[in-house]
Amino acid sequence: MRPVIEQSAAELARAVGAKEISARDVIEATLAQIDAVDGSVGAYITSLHEMARASALAVDRRIAAGEKMRLAGVPVAVKDNMCLAGTRTTCGSKILGDWIAPYTATAVQRIIEAGGIPVGKSNLDEFAMGSSCENSARGITRNPLALDRVPGGSSGGSAAAVASRQAVVGLGSDTGGSIREPAAFCGVTGFKPTYGRVSRYGLIAFASSLDQIGPLARTVEDAALIYEVMAGHDGMDSTSIDRDVEPAVTAMRSDLRGLRIGIVKEFDTGKLGHEIDALYKRAFADLRKLGADLVDVSLPTAEFGLATYYLIAPAECSSNLARFDGVRYGLRVDGADVGEMYERTRAAGFGPEVKRRILIGTYALSSGYYDAYYVKAQKVRTLIARDFQRAFEECDLIACPAASSPAFGFNAKSDPYSMYLMDYYTIPMSLAGLPALSVPCGSVTGEGAHEPLPMGLQLCGPLFSECALLGAAHAYEQASQHAKEYKLAI
Amino acid sequence: MTQWESVIGIECHVELKTNSKMFCACPNEFGGEPNTKVCPVCLALPGALPVANKIAIEHMIRAGLAFGAEIPEFSKFDRKNYFYPDMPKDYQISQYAMPLTQGGAVRYWLADGSMKECRLTRIHLEEDTGKSLHAGTTGRIAGSSHSLIDFNRAGVPLMECVSEPELHSADEAIGYLEALKRTFVQLGISDVKMEEGSLRCDANVSIRPAASTELGTKAEIKNMNSFRSVHRAIESEIARQIEIVQSGGRVVQETRGWDEGAGRTHTMRSKEQTHDYRYFPDPDLVPVEVDRELVESIRTALPELPHERFARYRGHLKLTPAQATQLIEDAALGDYFDACVSASGHAQQSANFVLGDLARLANENRMALYDSPVRPEHVGELVRMVESKTINSKIAKDLIARMWAGDGSPAAIVEREGLAQSSDVGTIDPFIDEVLRANEKSVMDFRAGKTNVLGFLVGQVMKASAGKANPRIVQERMREKLG
Ligand SMILES: [Zn+2]
Repeated sequence: MRPVIEQSAAELARAVGAKEISARDVIEATLAQIDAVDGSVGAYITSLHEMARASALAVDRRIAAGEKMRLAGVPVAVKDNMCLAGTRTTCGSKILGDWIAPYTATAVQRIIEAGGIPVGKSNLDEFAMGSSCENSARGITRNPLALDRVPGGSSGGSAAAVASRQAVVGLGSDTGGSIREPAAFCGVTGFKPTYGRVSRYGLIAFASSLDQIGPLARTVEDAALIYEVMAGHDGMDSTSIDRDVEPAVTAMRSDLRGLRIGIVKEFDTGKLGHEIDALYKRAFADLRKLGADLVDVSLPTAEFGLATYYLIAPAECSSNLARFDGVRYGLRVDGADVGEMYERTRAAGFGPEVKRRILIGTYALSSGYYDAYYVKAQKVRTLIARDFQRAFEECDLIACPAASSPAFGFNAKSDPYSMYLMDYYTIPMSLAGLPALSVPCGSVTGEGAHEPLPMGLQLCGPLFSECALLGAAHAYEQASQHAKEYKLAI
Repeated sequence: MTQWESVIGIECHVELKTNSKMFCACPNEFGGEPNTKVCPVCLALPGALPVANKIAIEHMIRAGLAFGAEIPEFSKFDRKNYFYPDMPKDYQISQYAMPLTQGGAVRYWLADGSMKECRLTRIHLEEDTGKSLHAGTTGRIAGSSHSLIDFNRAGVPLMECVSEPELHSADEAIGYLEALKRTFVQLGISDVKMEEGSLRCDANVSIRPAASTELGTKAEIKNMNSFRSVHRAIESEIARQIEIVQSGGRVVQETRGWDEGAGRTHTMRSKEQTHDYRYFPDPDLVPVEVDRELVESIRTALPELPHERFARYRGHLKLTPAQATQLIEDAALGDYFDACVSASGHAQQSANFVLGDLARLANENRMALYDSPVRPEHVGELVRMVESKTINSKIAKDLIARMWAGDGSPAAIVEREGLAQSSDVGTIDPFIDEVLRANEKSVMDFRAGKTNVLGFLVGQVMKASAGKANPRIVQERMREKLG
């Protein structure tokens, strides 16, 4: 038997359910791995050793009582922008101080009810704003495959935890690429479901109309399993969709016959340099070898995605983050009056990127600018969604890069715009609310790198096409086995 | 000397009556220990999300239909962004671009019975804030050492109702407010209690030369906590503005607070802060698609509205404005009255009993008339017996007391106890003869020209007949017999 920490969620849940191994042993093995490697990786802001041990005992009791659980004993990394009752929740920010969440996010609750066990609250860019985890005020996370490089972001902590076997699966949130980009950087699978598939209740909002919780996992099948457990309507979130969730785990397939996969004309990988271009050309060819028909499709407005996103997301964040005012919870820096208290608290509590986006968003919503910026951005967003609709008349799924480069070094993207460009390929799908994932597709030698760095292939489908998408990703993953090439640097 | 016309617009905030708050499951109840009716949503804890209360939306549709407003097919919630300590999210979920209702007008009346109309600028749905309590000696923010916040009220559904500046006196303003209040009570959508804060209102007051159509500079009056103080505040503010203008000054645009004790308004904020609320559609809430069938079923189920009832009482039933108003004040009393009228067929006499003897008894017994043993069909019988002169007013009074005591049908009592008034000469004459025989002196006095003894003699006949003789017939017969 392979070591516990190497096993998949599906394997572990089965073994725990069959009493071949106890949840307690699974958790102890995972906690031992955390103790051994997280000092050098820094995936977690808060580890939950005691809570995880207590949860493992509870799971073992439920197993003993005959309960069947789809995630029995599976160790889960929870991004630290999701509430878990009784645990500190920081959002990677100073502004929340040591705030202890008094309630649990719906998605996390569903994981726990299915027997999953949170083992830590993972690092992220402050309020999920960033693509490298460098914007966290709660410490650095290193890419477990190249410790001098970032894990990506904003769900970099969960991606790093899963890659370094400090959790079997991780929960992330994706607003403009925050699951897919770190998954690509860390050599794992990251899946953003259709907007509204997974409840946002208890996910600390960055941009409400874009935020979506999804899994990070070492196999597509595990991602499907976690998605299936979390998805479905929640009465606590009006934007969660009331629609049946088709079983994703059983939608896994071994070839791509009969599928038309669209290659986006405007996403010319030739611009990404010879090595990356060759990698994606090879990946597209592999899709064809598996039986897919490759067709050219066009997304003429996709190039406006970045500009559109950087109006809508900051506008929403400027309002969503107003509640961090020092009045009810988290950090408070006193002032002569309440106005000064607000100013000092927010000045001290928010980092530069969060402040930048609050300012951009406040500006975009201001009277006199609202129509020119916010309203226009919403119109472009509609056009982008229509482009995808038209493209999906000609193809079933779209394939493209998940990120324009592999993991980069710390402080390599010091100007905000070059960091924003990291999400060039993931933002259009977010604006259109579409399901999309990143699956390992090989590696390249990054600039100044000593070791090959993972790259991700992004697949995207029409609204609610989760099953087709995961099924196709599974076929590609099983045929290519790229994840096996990746070597941990720890 | 210039004649001045005052121009008044009223802004009301009305807490809607629902079981739960606007966007969470916390109870919507007045009072309670501070911060006991709160949850992650109404405290704006990180990650919490709003879910709109369907009943509150239906209440809004009810109000809109009652005022003849349009109910658009789509409506949205917007965020109104500003920082305030008792507003947990630091934005208020409100409605800006697409409220649930559009247009409409409030029909109200004045003491003389004249009907008026004031158009509505808008009605929309939003959420209430918490309450700040400033600790220290004064209870005001100035000089307080710190503030405490009670979030029990935060998130209570709130209807904002803004009138056009179409009211021209304090009386009209009160007429308008009373019509709003009666309508909301009648619809069952709010308690509308100013003392509990479930109705709060501000008045925008300006003056202009009587012939002018341009609006003058307005002052916004706040801190009025009863209709009486609204009336006083508006009158005082109009007088203040006229005095300023007549002495050559100019009214400045400002917010003024009403000081109940001093009986005048005073400056609160002289230069209105210009807020940019940065309204935008709340991405946490999906647009409201208003089901047409729902609208129609609400429309069909609308009760008779106060202004409709007023018009009916005044027009068809010919009641006085005061009677009509009294009966409308309490819709259940109006319903009771209507049942009396349909049982009796006589509106005025029914109103006399319901608002007279019966109201007095109800008052004395601290009980609503409609909860008493007196049934409307019994009042109907009574009215019919009085109108047909089957009984006289004295017996009617006695019967009312017995009906209140639970003796049931007055017609049955009259029948059982032979209390019917007699107009039959054959029955009455023996009583007259007996009285004339027993009072020879009075008879002589009458014949000698002292006609005022007639009343005494008639009284004796009534007494002898135990009140059953018809006094008009008695008098006629008596005159004939006395020659
Ligand atoms: Zn609540």
